[in-house]
Amino acid sequence: MSDITKQSLSELVENIKSKKLSSSEVTKAFVERSEKSKELNAYITEDYANALNKAKKFDEKPNLDLKLSGIPMAVKDLFCTKDLRTTAGSKILNNFVPTYESTVTQNIWNEGAILMGKLNCDEFAMGSSNETSFFGNVQNPIDKNLVPGGSSGGSSSAVAAQLTPITIGTDTGGSIRQPASFTGTVGLKPTYGSCSRYGIVAFASSLDQAGPMAQNVKDCALLQEVISSYDEKDSTSIDFKRNEYSKELTKDIKGKKIGIPKEYRVDGMPKEIEGLWKKGIEYAKDCGAEIIDISLPHTNYALPTYYIVAPAEASSNLARYDGVKYGFRAEGENLIDMYEKTRSEGFGAEVQRRIMIGTYVLSSGYYDAYYLKAQKVRKLIKNDFDDAYEKVDAILTPSTPSSAFKIGEKTNDPVSMYLNDIFTVPVNLAGLPGISIPAGHDAKGYPLGLQIIGKAFDEQNILNIAYAMEEKINFKNNITDWWIK
Amino acid sequence: MSNNKSEYLINRHDNQYEVVIGLEVHAQVTSESKLFSTSATKFGAEPNTQVSLVDAAFPGMLPVINEYCVKQAIKTGIGLKAKINKRSVFDRKNYFYADLPQGYQISQFKDPIVGEGKVILDMPDGQKEVGIERLHLEQDAGKSIHDLDPKNTFVDLNRSGVALMEIVSKPDLRSPDEVNAYIKKLRSIMRYLGTCDGNMQEGSLRADVNVSVRKKGSKEFGTRCEIKNVNSIKFMQMAIEYEANRQVDLIEDGQTIDQETRLFDTKKNETRSMRSKEDAHDYRYFPDPDLLPLEVSDDFIENLKSEIPELPDEKKKRFIEKFKLSPYEANILVSDIETSNYFENVIKKSDVKLATNWIIGELFAALNEKNLEIIESPISAGNLSKLINLIKDGTISGKIAKTVFEQMMEGDKDPQKIVEEKGLKQESDPKALEALIDKVIDDNRDKATEYKSGKVKLFGFFVGQVMKVSGGKANPQLVNEILKKKL
Repeated sequence: MSDITKQSLSELVENIKSKKLSSSEVTKAFVERSEKSKELNAYITEDYANALNKAKKFDEKPNLDLKLSGIPMAVKDLFCTKDLRTTAGSKILNNFVPTYESTVTQNIWNEGAILMGKLNCDEFAMGSSNETSFFGNVQNPIDKNLVPGGSSGGSSSAVAAQLTPITIGTDTGGSIRQPASFTGTVGLKPTYGSCSRYGIVAFASSLDQAGPMAQNVKDCALLQEVISSYDEKDSTSIDFKRNEYSKELTKDIKGKKIGIPKEYRVDGMPKEIEGLWKKGIEYAKDCGAEIIDISLPHTNYALPTYYIVAPAEASSNLARYDGVKYGFRAEGENLIDMYEKTRSEGFGAEVQRRIMIGTYVLSSGYYDAYYLKAQKVRKLIKNDFDDAYEKVDAILTPSTPSSAFKIGEKTNDPVSMYLNDIFTVPVNLAGLPGISIPAGHDAKGYPLGLQIIGKAFDEQNILNIAYAMEEKINFKNNITDWWIK
Repeated sequence: MSNNKSEYLINRHDNQYEVVIGLEVHAQVTSESKLFSTSATKFGAEPNTQVSLVDAAFPGMLPVINEYCVKQAIKTGIGLKAKINKRSVFDRKNYFYADLPQGYQISQFKDPIVGEGKVILDMPDGQKEVGIERLHLEQDAGKSIHDLDPKNTFVDLNRSGVALMEIVSKPDLRSPDEVNAYIKKLRSIMRYLGTCDGNMQEGSLRADVNVSVRKKGSKEFGTRCEIKNVNSIKFMQMAIEYEANRQVDLIEDGQTIDQETRLFDTKKNETRSMRSKEDAHDYRYFPDPDLLPLEVSDDFIENLKSEIPELPDEKKKRFIEKFKLSPYEANILVSDIETSNYFENVIKKSDVKLATNWIIGELFAALNEKNLEIIESPISAGNLSKLINLIKDGTISGKIAKTVFEQMMEGDKDPQKIVEEKGLKQESDPKALEALIDKVIDDNRDKATEYKSGKVKLFGFFVGQVMKVSGGKANPQLVNEILKKKL
């Protein structure tokens, strides 16, 4: 079957279970396509030989009762994978091979999936374009010179280019939803506490959340069902009743109240985005949803709040990369000299910038003015959503204020880069689930996404709304395989 | 101010200075595993054999609070008569060091688990109350070893992540003696509770000592210096004495005292500057986002209260009231849990007064000589109790008992058997004694005549002779009675 890589995850699972396809056939197809797609630079570490071996072993004694039986999958290189190098896109972890497995990836392997390799990402997930990776930028399969978004840029590129049937990313301020939007794919950031953070290289602990990235909503729901679990090894993991998201998925969203927050009409937003949003509202109405205007008054403060809280936590989380225990070490005259050289050479510019911002906002004399105030504003932002959810079941917004930009276009303008997260960041600050679905194209033919934000633990509801709208939108990605010679 | 003899003042020229001391005690929580990981905490293990991925701060590793350590901290708080905070927060204290794998220590900064409490000290001139400011839980760091190699430093992470309680006193201490009493009392309370073994040699108990001086009568505090990480009471006392005198000298010399952190050099017996206030670390404390605030219910605290044993102050009161011990005796017997347990076991079946004297006197002296703790005593409480009963019922004299005691110290033997085997039983048969006494009087006719003619002092001589002839076994009371008649 030559079109194996064009099949959705759900189709592949069905075909393996019904023995129309073997795991080896599927794995081989994705490995071959990945090998032909090196130009995209989606992978940091390839593990193809092992993947093919595992597929062969699976076929010898297939367990067809699992949710992802025999499915090959590449994952973002922020998840620690036992015996396979895990870099977080950084030179400082260039040589780091974990002896342990993250809970999220373990959940995936437990359901029969097979690891193909580790996908590129912004260094320590800090970036919106995958340009901060020590392993080079990633290309968007939509267009040669386009960024795939970030930080899960390798993941979005790989799913859009069909190098992996599905993948997982992490989202601290939009790192799943923005790249999904830039590549015409689906990305879900679950409720904070839904997916365990154990074994995920930390960026900002109070915001980080793993989530699925897929070609369609159904696949996304299936993977969310697999990765979400209560985990005693993560003190912030929450023990709530998790749905069987894919089984309970329905297009019946009649009477659902969907809020449209006026504060998301930001100054200078391209007409195309405004137009997309309007179209989205129409699609939602077509599905039987009721549209209600709402207000999230503190939206304006979300981005500055985020760029205090996230760097503050990052500055502390990244202190462990000091050259003493593992990873890269530069030789020095003494301990301090070794630290300085290791961290100057081991971290890239964006990571260093955020460590400095974070160190500054936590410094004595500045803590109250920055970090403490940001935490208070964060509470207000969460209260905004709580108030809104008195009236509505979900909220519809654009995913990003623009379509994918050119490689190099914003690298020297961090603030304009940070503005990319304007619609996604409030969701992380409030700990809510949010999904981005492809909803149209701009004039250049680049994909644009819509974001549906849900109540905490209400993934099922936003998946249902996305599922219903997906059918109405009937989005088609224009990918020409230009990188395959 | 009082004119107590024990008041500790430093005199310079015409000025008298009072010393103000506050302690930050770091007490290692007695627990099988670490504060946020499941690694073992055993002392003296091979380097880096009790280190988990969490302790070594591997990427993606997360702390999970050890409930047992929380219980231990709350119990300690109850023992310090302190307020237990139902909500407390773990913060990160950020600094770089090779033996701090995370690059931060998880501690409690703004919201500690235990608030204000108090400790009562028994000083020679009466009781003294020392206020407790707070108690919080935190992780210990690893150990840097600088002297194994001329160029490299070795790091042992066995201690990394072990639970510590930092107990901060109010600046209520006024002398090295009070510091001694305070540390001993704190240790005693924690050992009663089983929350810290108090072993200073193994580093389970160490302290940072804050010292300032002020002119006697002054209400204002002077500028303080903090002496870091002192690990024995003797060194604390020496450091305080040195530091207080140093500060007085500076003041007398018209100089000011810089607020700074100092180290105590145990070899030179002096403190020296480690870093000034300006160089103090900015630890950038903030709540650890990997941990939720720690919340405990009233039930949780009440359950722990029901597990609290009788503590030294209460025990002392009971000993005085019930057993009529003097405060001095009671203090000694309750000073540590093993001693009081031993005492209570002995008196289960024997006389309290004799038991008190024998434990505080003979037993302590003998243990001291052999450098043994009471739990290592060769004489079990049961056998000491038997020995006391042999004295009480007149089977042996106090003097013979000392001989028996010495033999018991060689190995835990039944005193009854020793008495039988060695024939040490007291001679209390009047007829046998009469025969002995007749012989002694016969042999010392001249002295007997002198006695009768009024030299009554010779009575003692005759008692001594009888005891000597009997090999110490004659019942002294009977000997007295019979001798009086015969002479």
